[in-house]
Amino acid sequence: MKAKLFDYVERDNFVYRLSGITKLLAFIFLTFAVMFTYDLRSILCILVFSFFVLRLSEIRFSQIRLMCWYVLIFLLMNAILTYIFDPEYGVEIYGTRHELLRFNSRYTVTAEQLFYQGTKLFKYVSVIPLGMIFLFTTDPSEFAASLNSIGVSYKACYAVSLTLRYFPDMVRDYGDIALAQQSRGLDLSKKEKLTVRAKNVINICVPLIFSTMDRIELITNAMDLRSFGKKDKRTWYAKKPLRACDYGVIAGSAAVFAAVMLVAVFINHGRYWNPFI
Amino acid sequence: MEQRPVIEFKDFSFQYFSQAEPTLRHIDLTIREGEKVLIVGPSGSGKSTIGSCINGLIPFAYKGEITGSLSICGEDTKAMSIFDRSRHVGTVLQDSDGQFVGLTAGEDIAFALENDCMEQSRMKEAVKRIAEMVDMGELLSASPYELSGGQKQRVAFAGVMVDDVDILLLDEPLANLDPATGKTAIDLIDRLHRELKKTVIIIEHRLEDVLYRHVDRIIVISDGAIAADMSPDELMASSILREHGIREPLYVTALKYAGIRVTKDIHPGYIESLDIEAVRDGLRAWDDRKEAPLTSEEVPEILSLDHVSFRYNDKRRVIEDVSFSVKRGEMLSIVGTNGAGKSTIAKLICGFVKEDEGDLLFEGSSMKDLTIRERADLIGYVMQNPNQMLCKPMIYDEVALGLRLRGVPEEEIKERVYKALRICGLYEFREWPVAALSFGQKKRVTIASILVLEPKVLILDEPTAGQDYKHYTDIMEFLRSLNKLGITIIMITHDMHLMLEYTTHAVVIAGGRKIGDSTAVDILTNEEIAKAANLKLTSLYELAKRCGLSDPQSFVSHFIDHERREERHEG
Repeated sequence: MKAKLFDYVERDNFVYRLSGITKLLAFIFLTFAVMFTYDLRSILCILVFSFFVLRLSEIRFSQIRLMCWYVLIFLLMNAILTYIFDPEYGVEIYGTRHELLRFNSRYTVTAEQLFYQGTKLFKYVSVIPLGMIFLFTTDPSEFAASLNSIGVSYKACYAVSLTLRYFPDMVRDYGDIALAQQSRGLDLSKKEKLTVRAKNVINICVPLIFSTMDRIELITNAMDLRSFGKKDKRTWYAKKPLRACDYGVIAGSAAVFAAVMLVAVFINHGRYWNPFI
Repeated sequence: MEQRPVIEFKDFSFQYFSQAEPTLRHIDLTIREGEKVLIVGPSGSGKSTIGSCINGLIPFAYKGEITGSLSICGEDTKAMSIFDRSRHVGTVLQDSDGQFVGLTAGEDIAFALENDCMEQSRMKEAVKRIAEMVDMGELLSASPYELSGGQKQRVAFAGVMVDDVDILLLDEPLANLDPATGKTAIDLIDRLHRELKKTVIIIEHRLEDVLYRHVDRIIVISDGAIAADMSPDELMASSILREHGIREPLYVTALKYAGIRVTKDIHPGYIESLDIEAVRDGLRAWDDRKEAPLTSEEVPEILSLDHVSFRYNDKRRVIEDVSFSVKRGEMLSIVGTNGAGKSTIAKLICGFVKEDEGDLLFEGSSMKDLTIRERADLIGYVMQNPNQMLCKPMIYDEVALGLRLRGVPEEEIKERVYKALRICGLYEFREWPVAALSFGQKKRVTIASILVLEPKVLILDEPTAGQDYKHYTDIMEFLRSLNKLGITIIMITHDMHLMLEYTTHAVVIAGGRKIGDSTAVDILTNEEIAKAANLKLTSLYELAKRCGLSDPQSFVSHFIDHERREERHEG
């Protein structure tokens, strides 16, 4: 059975050819830049850039459809909650007040609040494609190596790799156990009450946990027997060596980060760009 | 010239901290460079513990008390870490899927080199070289989901050899392989031994299958001590195997049934080396004494598949136009390679997946409209690994679960649970926690928890996987006794002994199609079917052929009948 944590489809284009480290670093640089600044101009530049790269990477919409839905729901919730909890935050930041609409004494719609929430929305929308690009265009084998080279301990990195390796096995085990338990009379369908169903899921999880524990013991032994943890470092078979274009991309994204910072310090004198004064 | 010793146990004893008795007692054993040694013994004899002592899992992962000494390549192991040992000893574990830690074959082979901080370009070269040696060069970027059990095992071999170890330690290398793949594995081990001059230690209880190729010595472990240390020829001539509950090769048993004195001078160690001239007359005489086979009476069909096809989401058909029927009270085996579709057939019967075409009939009526739960009242399904089924801490509750979920009154539950426990020989344990049971007993608990629903048909997935001869016999005799109570039993297996000795009827599946449907003896003496389904012809058949017997097939049946009578006589 072919089950993977997420679909990695090998393609041959500029984005795929980049090393995982490059994509991770570029992702981090640009994310930090966007998270720091509230300058809509900088954010829109990065937004355009990240959608351009998404196009370039040839990721199909069908691959990311589900994720897009989650993102949309998250953004909507975020916008509503932000407004409910602090409808005057924009006024507070920008120091002016242009009222557009009034519901009651607390809830009014101001241009400042709209601008603030719009900026925030674009911040999310500009980094999410970058995250998707990293996830979907990096060979899973390279993940651990990439994380390790930005300083994460190799043992933690290998744990990521092991998750990718064994998670599909656990999904399959869960399916098998669920079927066998269903034939004993365990009902998981919607016909059963929620509390009963929850209890029935526990009856599947107990055997799953026990068989997983057996597996963990085996994996630990197999790794010990092949000297995992002998040295302070390890090398990676699947690491893609950095080439000229990798250095270019890393330098480029670092430059974008620096530029965003410079704009903030010298032009905006702070994190916010204020078009109201 | 005597080769230098690479492994030396001197008056070595070991006791796990968790156990009251020592597992190994006063072991004195020397293995020399370039030797190929087979260690056999029943489960719990300590043979795997010896393996763990050699590769260092004892004392690093499993704690216990060691007395005496063990040295590897001249170094005392007291001063060695598990990493020092792994430089000398490469271990291939039993479960070739679980030990596959990389995301692709290449990464898994490179694992030890990565841990050794080898530079990437040299690593790639080394991996490629080793992978070609085990014929995996083309599959370096394949994920474990794309590889067969045999291929994963090859990756495991490569993964330890890449470190250039002196000693290869193989823990039950045949356990998860179908018979034909097992044969290739033994061939590969033999090639690595001869070409690379490695010392090879094989721990395995399937003696006959390992002896498909030469081994220098066989060491029999029983009850924590060495019971024998001799050549295959000497061992076959002795009665040591029988005394310690290890199955001897079938052809040797046949010679003994025929009243032929098996001595080491007739070279009984391997079927190829056996001096056929010395045994021909004796075997012929025995073959002539065969009795007419018992004819079975006509019984009605209980379950039948009628032109069933099935595919997972639009892709290639997994099951293609399969029809067969099972008679009431039969013991049937469904055999075939891994991935041939035999488990899918079980899933179709239980209703876990729905057929796309065709129909499944139970006692003549279609099961189309029955849910999983309704089918479970007719047909019980027992998974291979009992740990995947057990979900209650107490045995009683585990067995009662199915009835409670069906809302049966508690008094009736008690009665039925006790009855099921009695049938399964677990009545004395009714108040026990499940955790206190052995693997074989847990298996019985899972069977009891299905029997309590009073199904008419029982389907078991690999009922004897990973069991030694004694436990295997226990489980199979238990299933046979259930069968005598009138329950129809269907087993999914690739164990040929099981098929030959316990089931009258066998259905062979290959590539999703039925390619054989006959008696087990017929199937295991049919070269064409055996080849297509990755089975191996029984050594009895080869023996009969080498002897020039006129009807090898009836010779095999004669053997099985004789064995049944013998057992009845003893029991």
